[in-house]
Amino acid sequence: MPDTQTQTVTLRIPTPLRSYTEEQPAVEVAGTTVAEALEALVDRYPDLRENLYTDDGDLRQFVNIYVDDEDIRYQDGPQTALDEGDEVSIVPSIAGG
Amino acid sequence: MQSPSASPSPTSPSTARPVASLNGSSAPRSDAPARLIDRIGQTPLLRLDGIGADLPEPVTLCAKAEYLNPGGSVKDRPARRMILDGLRSGAFGREQTLIDATSGNTGIAYAMIGAALDLDVTLALPENASEERKQTLRAYGADLILTDPTGGTDEAQRKVKALVDANPDRYFYPDQYNNDANWQAHYDGTGPEIWEQTGGEVTHFVTGLGTTGTFTGVVRRLKEQDASLTAVALQPDTPLHGLEGLKHLDTAIVPGIYDADLVDEHRSCTTEAALEMTRHLSRTEGLLVGPSAGANVAAALQVARSLDAGTVVTILCDTGTRYLSEDWWEA
Repeated sequence: MPDTQTQTVTLRIPTPLRSYTEEQPAVEVAGTTVAEALEALVDRYPDLRENLYTDDGDLRQFVNIYVDDEDIRYQDGPQTALDEGDEVSIVPSIAGG
Repeated sequence: MQSPSASPSPTSPSTARPVASLNGSSAPRSDAPARLIDRIGQTPLLRLDGIGADLPEPVTLCAKAEYLNPGGSVKDRPARRMILDGLRSGAFGREQTLIDATSGNTGIAYAMIGAALDLDVTLALPENASEERKQTLRAYGADLILTDPTGGTDEAQRKVKALVDANPDRYFYPDQYNNDANWQAHYDGTGPEIWEQTGGEVTHFVTGLGTTGTFTGVVRRLKEQDASLTAVALQPDTPLHGLEGLKHLDTAIVPGIYDADLVDEHRSCTTEAALEMTRHLSRTEGLLVGPSAGANVAAALQVARSLDAGTVVTILCDTGTRYLSEDWWEA
């Protein structure tokens, strides 16, 4: 559990990334924006970083992030604000045939 | 040879029946009227002279234009083979519904062939498959089951297995990941075509791994023709990637038809490099293809650059029209 004063949100981890999160399908992190929540995630699991960010620290173009059911591309991108208890999903592209 | 029913009587002069009797040959012309499913395969092999402009002259880079299949992708081949094998063996009864998990292209091929042959088709795919793909499947009349996006294609596979286990008599489940007809379509089609089109000159074959059917079938055939062929298997660089159709095998269910012994060399491609090559292909070669084709050409170009002489062949898996709503064409 995060020990910050800020609100907690749930990050849903897709199957291909669960090897980095001790096989947990969901991780609770603190954050008021998507960027903060993801930063908290990669702080806890550093090996995840190259999956999500370019070397310049930008979110990789193909990484799909949804807050509840809304794609953040159509909101404020990584600066999309989060409310207590929001569910943030990292959605993989579609693999294989 | 099926003549159109409205054709003139057999005594008509041959000029009135250009289709059947040109040259008096009994073999059908390659452009004679045919059933849709007979027009799958026999795709052109294209030289990528623009992309490969900096290659030394003894090195040739070619791509098999599988996106020109009637269903818009390489998947027409295994889909046709799995359906026809199923009908022939009785595994696919006329009263049954074809069901499978697919990220889109195999599903589009099933749906197209199902429509042409009057077969029922139900497909499970992750909800985040592109809108164009879902609409294409619906346009062919297929029924869709949309699965949890965070589970990817593996989740769609699990869903299909559960439905089939619960009601095995109702469904024909081709299971493209574990059906030998998948790779056999390439062993009997794509592989010999590449051999013939290169005049036996192919030295390297490069393609991405999805169901692994293309890789397994083509390489098995080409290595029988020439054991010195170098087979290069391509995967996305990270578990999370944007190359629809390709698998990162370390973190995915490994297909049963995959034969790791056929691989001479593994390569990886970043999504960013694949998308850059996809844009490059449309703008400099006039080839509007998808990101997996971009990944294939990017890797094949690297292989070609490492050679002093040779013929490198890769696959243009699907048409770029399936991705027009994506935001990466402009970059």
